[in-house]
Amino acid sequence: MKEKLQKIREEAMSQIRDAVDLNMLNDVRVGILGKKGALTSVLKSMKDVAVEERPKVGQMVNDVRGEIEKMLEEARTSMEAAVREARLKAEVIDVTLPAKKNNVGHRHPNTIALEEVERIFIGMGYEVVEGPEVEYDLYNFEKLNIPADHPAKDEQDTFYINKEIVLRTQTSPCQARVMEQGKLPIRMISPGRVFRSDEVDATHSPSFHQVEGLVVDKNITFADLKGTLEEFARELFGENTKTKFRPHHFPFTEPSAEVDVSCFKCGGKGCRFCKGSGWIEILGCGMVHPHVLEMCGIDPEAYTGFAFGMGLERIALLKYEIDDMRLLYENDTRFLKQF
Amino acid sequence: MDTSLSWIKAYVPELDVTAQEYMDAMTLSGTKVEGFQRLDADLDKIIIGQIVKIEPHPDADKLVVCQVDMGQGEPVQIVTGAPNVEEGQKVPVVLDGGRVAGGHDGKMTPGGIAIKKGKLRGVESNGMMCSIEELGQSRELFPEAPENGIYIFPDSVKVGESAIKALGLDDVIFEYEITSNRVDCYSVIGIAREAAATFRKKFVPPVVTVKGSGGDVNDYIKVDVKDIDLCPRYCARVVKNIRLAPSPKWMQRRLAVNGIRPINNIVDITNYVMEEYGQPMHAYDLDTIAGHQILVRRAEEGEKFVTLDGQERIMDESVLMICDGEKAVGVAGIMGGENSMITDSVQTMLFEAACFDGPNIRLSAKKIGLRTDASGKFEKGLDPNNAKDAIDRACQLIEELDAGDVVDGMVDVYPGVKEPVRVPFEPEKINALLGTDIDTDRMLEYFDMLGLAYDRKEGEVIAPTFRQDISCTADLAEEVARFYGYDNIPVTLPRGEATTGKLPFKLRVEEVAREIAEFSGFSQGMTYSFESPKVFDKLRLDAEDALRQTVNISNPLGEDFSIMRTISLNGMLTSLGTNYNRRNRNVRLYELGNIYLPKALPVTELPDERMQFTLGMYGEGDFFTMKGVVEEFFDKIGMTKKRSYDPEAGRNYLHPGRQADIYYEGTRVGYLGEVHPAVADTYEIGERVYVAVLDMPSILPYASFDRKYEGIARYPAVTRDLSMVVPKNILAGQIETVIEQRGGKLLESCQLFDIYEGSQIKEGYKSLAYSIVFRAKDRTLEEADVTAAMKKILNGLESMGIELRQ
Repeated sequence: MKEKLQKIREEAMSQIRDAVDLNMLNDVRVGILGKKGALTSVLKSMKDVAVEERPKVGQMVNDVRGEIEKMLEEARTSMEAAVREARLKAEVIDVTLPAKKNNVGHRHPNTIALEEVERIFIGMGYEVVEGPEVEYDLYNFEKLNIPADHPAKDEQDTFYINKEIVLRTQTSPCQARVMEQGKLPIRMISPGRVFRSDEVDATHSPSFHQVEGLVVDKNITFADLKGTLEEFARELFGENTKTKFRPHHFPFTEPSAEVDVSCFKCGGKGCRFCKGSGWIEILGCGMVHPHVLEMCGIDPEAYTGFAFGMGLERIALLKYEIDDMRLLYENDTRFLKQF
Repeated sequence: MDTSLSWIKAYVPELDVTAQEYMDAMTLSGTKVEGFQRLDADLDKIIIGQIVKIEPHPDADKLVVCQVDMGQGEPVQIVTGAPNVEEGQKVPVVLDGGRVAGGHDGKMTPGGIAIKKGKLRGVESNGMMCSIEELGQSRELFPEAPENGIYIFPDSVKVGESAIKALGLDDVIFEYEITSNRVDCYSVIGIAREAAATFRKKFVPPVVTVKGSGGDVNDYIKVDVKDIDLCPRYCARVVKNIRLAPSPKWMQRRLAVNGIRPINNIVDITNYVMEEYGQPMHAYDLDTIAGHQILVRRAEEGEKFVTLDGQERIMDESVLMICDGEKAVGVAGIMGGENSMITDSVQTMLFEAACFDGPNIRLSAKKIGLRTDASGKFEKGLDPNNAKDAIDRACQLIEELDAGDVVDGMVDVYPGVKEPVRVPFEPEKINALLGTDIDTDRMLEYFDMLGLAYDRKEGEVIAPTFRQDISCTADLAEEVARFYGYDNIPVTLPRGEATTGKLPFKLRVEEVAREIAEFSGFSQGMTYSFESPKVFDKLRLDAEDALRQTVNISNPLGEDFSIMRTISLNGMLTSLGTNYNRRNRNVRLYELGNIYLPKALPVTELPDERMQFTLGMYGEGDFFTMKGVVEEFFDKIGMTKKRSYDPEAGRNYLHPGRQADIYYEGTRVGYLGEVHPAVADTYEIGERVYVAVLDMPSILPYASFDRKYEGIARYPAVTRDLSMVVPKNILAGQIETVIEQRGGKLLESCQLFDIYEGSQIKEGYKSLAYSIVFRAKDRTLEEADVTAAMKKILNGLESMGIELRQ
């Protein structure tokens, strides 16, 4: 009996060794452990064994069975691994073949610049406010301390619909509209389309965009204006950006300033980009003129404020080094795809 | 406005700065210097020499060999071809290693031309004698220079000294950008005052005295100002025994560097005073003034007048004229008349220094199409108190230059004398506005430098009338800030109540629109808000179409930019056309921009500005691609209810069989379709074009970012497939409506999975197959539930003439 089992075991080992695929392995299993298999038939012949011997023989059969099952399992695992290995080998791809892209569209550089500006000021607690593009003369000029005979109102700069209605020449009328609502304090920016009667060329467009900013509260100072815009310039143009405030004149602010930032191309050393000066002009600003506060129903004795305004196209042209403004309105996808 | 450094120094004698220092400091104190030009930038080693001997050149007829005394050692030998050299002349000489600015033909070489010694036809030449052109100048500015040849100095100059200095070329010209509020700085004196304050130097303006030669001006001229609103002041003085001559070199030079051509002493004096004081003046030949009287009045409508440039111009009633007893003699503030101009035979002259209304001069100059140096100054609004100083200064110069005899007295019509403005001096308010802590004395020092007086008793600052920009504390704060230095003001952030930064709902929805469009492959374009009225014909709009009612620009850049758009398609199609023309393939663009619909015509109130979300594409994709973008946008902004598409929109610019108006909850929110081939042709797009336009104001009321979790279905669904043969004219949308209405609560979805038209199906019909899914939220469905629902659906469909294929 023992020899018989030993033989089955060896037979099994050799068959397992010879099996070349999972099918053959399965045949081996069936041939030994199956209903009609060699080992099963040994078990069937147990009845011929003496009763007292049976437990011992049974134990031997089970041991052999366990051993064979283990061998079969090991063979199967290694065979499966080999099969997977072979499949992976066959499935090698050329990873340098072209990607399958979704061809996502591109945002206009003006919008990208605007979103950056909005992000910075929203972070500082400013609300974004919109105003009409076709605007009353009253808001575009008069309430901003630009009286009827001011040269800026001259027809060569302003598009008129009629005597009372113009295409807004600046986003500043939004200042007046927000102040008039009388909700204080105010911290807002107002982006939008503005219009000036300029012929189209590489640096001019009769339609462009501005972003206006306004803060009105108690105890707002020129120092606060400087601090706010320095912070803004660093956020927009980089940590090392320096700012320079130069006295200037705007009818609706007093004192007023123009702001230069250190050239972000050369860091202020002077290059072709900044025309050798090391500085680039980016915006105008100032303390809200007391007449403007008054005309909009805010007591200039109790409140002060600052305002600033910048051209969005100018920021976009500078930041993305676009050399011709006309590109912004042609909508050639070869241009737009670069943003 | 330009000035030379030397002229500024005439009033700020202690000023000692480099050009760069001047430019930087003046800019930071508020007088912006745009740039500067050093007149001797390209000149080097140019000395005054004297020709001591001229001999013919041995080998060239047109050359001569000169020995030139340079004031030290042996004379230098120079060969020249200039025709005008003579022994004894003093001339500018550039020596070996020096530089000149250009050739004698007047052509400039950037960086200059280096001069080296060499041989001319075998004879050694150790330098070059210079023409005025070679020194970078022109005969325009140096009229005494010969037309062709070496510049000859007067005998008074010293041999061996710098020729650059002798010619006044050791100077710098600054170009300023003067802001419109600082009218006083459109003059050399005004800028000099700022320069003195900027560099903390003494300001020394001219001391004006007129000796006079007796007589009484009132015996020569009477002045009557009819329109005092347009002419608040008129000053007149008379000069007799005019002695016309060239003005002296120093005056010519100063005018020349300011870009004014010297003419004669009288004209030059008026120009000089205009530059110096910022007050335009005019000189009339008094003998041409009929009745020896001046009348200032508005022109008559259509009045014709010949200005001194010989042009006839037509006036209207708003133009102010200067007249004599019979006729007009000048257009006030703009240009004098041909009939009264100074000629070589002038004996007696009338000087006019007046103040005219700025806006009126600006409008008049525009109306008659003539803008002059004078009108450019007047239109800014001049200080009437400056007129007397200016006319006296002119008379003083007449006497200094011995150009005539000044008659005593001045006619001065000045009924409403302009008084200085007083502003309370409140240093604490100034500091509060600036965020500074500047002491009072320091502020007063700044005011003093600028000529602002302080009335200690009243506590008021008195702004002189030339400072018309000062009227309140904020204005004084600006003066303090300018001279304290914007750089020195501290840097802080606003304190006080915190505010929440936010984007309004409308802009958040637009942000989603951009995202969806871009994820779907559309790039953002921007087009103009104004366009041509021809657009409506290009888009095949009916003559009666309401979109032809437009808001019009009264002064457009041209017809192509003359109306505010009422439809966004023209911009989109133009951009697609541009791309097609440039052979860009598969182009998808979107735009977020307003249209402008008038509320009433003529326009009396602001138009309705409606944000349009416009999508356009050609190349890959079709109608349903575009429809997909629209629906994904709706999904993302919470518009998840049923949208319906009406194919009967009847839009002429779209394909009649491939267009739809889009409805949401019964509201039309936009449209989409294939562009009509005739329109695509017009825009030169050679492929099928698809567009969608969503009207954002119609969409916003339905948009929402509120979301609620509805749970994930726990009970199984039952699916029934339904195949049917449908008359062609029945739309899938109609079938879906029936299924949805009749499917009841248990209906979860119905999905079209097959559509077929062709030989297998009888003429006039199409085959559609839907997969209909039922599910209950709270239980497993029973067969009977589904059968009942299906029965209702089938009945509904059959009543529409649809045959079911079981």
